[in-house]
Amino acid sequence: MDWSVVFSDALRSGIGPIAAVYALAAMGLNLHFGYTGLLNFGQVGFMLVGGYGLAVTVATYDGSMWLGVLAGLACAVVLALLLGVPTLRLRADYLAITTIAAGETLRLFYRSTWAEDVTGGVFGLQRFASDFYDLSPIPRGSYGVWLVEFNSRDLWVMIVGWALVVLTGALLALLVHSPWGRVIRSIRDDEHAPRSLGKNVYAYKMQSLVLGGVIGAVAGMLQAIQVQSVSPDSFDPAVTFFLYTLLVLGGAGRILGPVIGSILFWFVLTFLDSALRQAIDAGYISPDVISTSEIGAVRFALVGLALILLIVFRPQGILGSRKEMLLSER
Amino acid sequence: MSDDHARTPGAAARPRLAGTLPEPGVPKPDALLVLDGVSRSFGGLTAVRVDHLEVQRGAITALIGPNGAGKTTLFNIVSGFDRADGGRWWFDGHPLTGRPAHRVARHGLVRTFQLTRVIPRLSVRENMLLATSGQRGEQLLPALLRPLWHGQEREAGRRADELLERFRLGQLRDDYAGTLSGGQRKLLELARALMARPVMVLLDEPMAGVNPALTQTLLGHITRLRDEGMTVCFVEHDMDVVMGISDWVAVMADGRLVAEGPPHTCARNPSVVDAYLGKRHDEPGTPQGQE
Amino acid sequence: MARSHILLPALAPALVVLFASPAWGQGDEVPHGRGFGARLLQALIDGIQFGVIIAITAVGLSLVFGTVHLINFAHGEFVTIGATFAFFLNASPAGPGWHLVPAAIAAVLFGALLGGAVDRVIWRPLHARGTGLINLFIVTIGLSLLLRHIVLVLYGTRPASFVQYDIQEAIDLGPVGITPRDLTVTLLSVLVLFGVAALLQRTRIGTAVRAVSVNRDLAEASGIDVQRVVLFVWMFGGALAALGGIFFGLEEIITWDMGFKLLLLMFAGIILGGLGSAYGAMVGSLVIGIVAQVSSLWFPVDLQYAWALLVLIVVLLVRPQGILGRPERVG
Repeated sequence: MDWSVVFSDALRSGIGPIAAVYALAAMGLNLHFGYTGLLNFGQVGFMLVGGYGLAVTVATYDGSMWLGVLAGLACAVVLALLLGVPTLRLRADYLAITTIAAGETLRLFYRSTWAEDVTGGVFGLQRFASDFYDLSPIPRGSYGVWLVEFNSRDLWVMIVGWALVVLTGALLALLVHSPWGRVIRSIRDDEHAPRSLGKNVYAYKMQSLVLGGVIGAVAGMLQAIQVQSVSPDSFDPAVTFFLYTLLVLGGAGRILGPVIGSILFWFVLTFLDSALRQAIDAGYISPDVISTSEIGAVRFALVGLALILLIVFRPQGILGSRKEMLLSER
Repeated sequence: MSDDHARTPGAAARPRLAGTLPEPGVPKPDALLVLDGVSRSFGGLTAVRVDHLEVQRGAITALIGPNGAGKTTLFNIVSGFDRADGGRWWFDGHPLTGRPAHRVARHGLVRTFQLTRVIPRLSVRENMLLATSGQRGEQLLPALLRPLWHGQEREAGRRADELLERFRLGQLRDDYAGTLSGGQRKLLELARALMARPVMVLLDEPMAGVNPALTQTLLGHITRLRDEGMTVCFVEHDMDVVMGISDWVAVMADGRLVAEGPPHTCARNPSVVDAYLGKRHDEPGTPQGQE
Repeated sequence: MARSHILLPALAPALVVLFASPAWGQGDEVPHGRGFGARLLQALIDGIQFGVIIAITAVGLSLVFGTVHLINFAHGEFVTIGATFAFFLNASPAGPGWHLVPAAIAAVLFGALLGGAVDRVIWRPLHARGTGLINLFIVTIGLSLLLRHIVLVLYGTRPASFVQYDIQEAIDLGPVGITPRDLTVTLLSVLVLFGVAALLQRTRIGTAVRAVSVNRDLAEASGIDVQRVVLFVWMFGGALAALGGIFFGLEEIITWDMGFKLLLLMFAGIILGGLGSAYGAMVGSLVIGIVAQVSSLWFPVDLQYAWALLVLIVVLLVRPQGILGRPERVG
């Protein structure tokens, strides 16, 4: 077993483009769940409409990339309104049910034969990302420090991705520490109090849902660009659960929670993945117990287990405060 | 509590109501809140059916009645937390019928809750600041530009500190509100309601589950509010409390307004004795073992 | 009031009909040369078949919500586990090769055990620790992910069927047809639903379940052992989910993610019927089953499940408490 390979894989993944995508999507979710208390179980739906908004505009209708970005953002706003109008006046569980159902239903819509002319059906769409890579100032080639190495394309996505994370983080930090953020945080704990003090709780929840959804859509576009393809099945409902896991890991209701969570999540996940593969290849683990093809399933199961254990034993995550957490559990 | 209000001597409220007949639905000389034909039922059960009720400006009005008389439901309807099946109501001349809760509050009619609703994960001071009305920083885009709202926020902070001092919560201002005791929460909720600069406050059982010493403190605060010109309407069980401080008492039973009048007239009213005092001893005490 | 009760279930299929413009239609290529009326009738029968199965799975989910206010997002996995466990006993080369009937009974018992275990091992200790409800929702999400992928590892991705009752000739009933298998499953399902209703209405434990749903504290004060009732509800829900899974596996196919797909439909059914009402869940699920099947008269079959969401959103807009739900008192 070559531990340096395992370690290098994990490190690459932890700082790589996908970690940036998940950090960004989780930041949107953090605004929903961590700051406003909205139980959005369908963040992947926002990523999907963002990614497809871009891909469809460019690949199907020959639009420009920037038009595609606008289309993706507009789709996210529309989706947030569609989900929010019927549910945000109701109890939190209604939003949870509606969003999880919407995420899955969107996937079914986009992959259906009915929408195939536009979305490419089960095969999805490719060849829409060249505009993005043409903007790259990085000369072709491979760049590496110590154990990690990225090609110029991944490096460009990474730079843009982490820059977006920093930008979004700054924006959210300004917002949640403003009087607007104070209202949002009060809604998280008890929405009746701000209502009785003249705050239009419904409107605030809607703003939060739209804003967090738009951030999710940007993450979806970034993912589409990184993979250079969109396919409906890469927007599985499990993506949202991954986001919850890394958000709780890092600390919900903390600006840096999703960032640290995402880096650590992908580091650990890839570490396990790579170590398992190596162990199977080296014959330490018999293929009868776990075969290489089952590693994917095993890692999903482990994420589920990790999420349960986190909520049970460290619901405040790495950055949160246990004391503050307990205050909210009335 | 602006200065012109402060000059209005609170003691004037009772004499001004002196000529008013102790009859349910009687018009008041200077009514701030007027309810007409308000009804609400849950399933087949009629919770509220109030034909007419007026609340005098600048006075302390107590709304009393046994459990299930519909007092809280009436509060919920007027404050926009519940919808009525029928009826209309006005506040300070503005029709408030069917208005959502936040609009009611912006008109200057602010309520508190029977089970206190402080925001546990905001500090005591942030709880106060939350109540400030008309803050630019509460809008999404201006919130991003601190200079736009910073001055307003500092102004609100000064006022919050003053109120916290007045309610003896000054030392706790940076603590999480969730760490406060039940009594401190009651005080904070009252202070927070005042932070919104209300014209009238609706207090839902402010004395429920509170020890006798704090009850006296709360009564003192309420009287002082009235003396500064604020209109106060509160729901209460305990007749002794009501006798002591209210200028006017309205009695509800089975959703209806059965009697009105100055405290001592009310206590002698036979329909009140029937509806309320007769049942009072069957009540299992105050059910607020909260916190 | 009474009118809107009737109106809403009617509204959902009506919406589908409304949206159906001839452009989507397949009117020119009528399969087997049958007329529209016959196809509609067939779709209705298919819809009822489908609806009663959703109802069986949804009742448990609704009862759990009614008693402990938890939306169990892992309920779909109970369905999958019931079906795959029965498959293991019945058809798997590694299994004992039992006949489907004993295999199904064993799987239903296993479902009850699983439900009970979730209550004892996860729900009750966390409740005792004071873990908030929102966090418990997230725990069930994690549980769903965990169980689903354990099934994936053990069962694999290949869809499969049970050994018995696999391929059958349909009984010809004039314009429509139904296989003896589907007819039996549907009749059994209806019987089970009536059984559940009788249990809730007539037995001591059923009365206790209803009492806990209405007011937990009051039920506790009147001497009902709430923890036992909650355990019963979890076990009962687990058993029903497993049974629904086996029925679905019989009529359609067994896959590792069948439960999660059904969960969407259960949610739609439960919200349509009224969150927390067991009978609402039954009625709502039936409507959803019919909507899903009837929609395929005009729309591609792969969008069948998607219409459930449309129903869900329309219901939330028009009557969020559902057909049989009660509006809540606030404040």
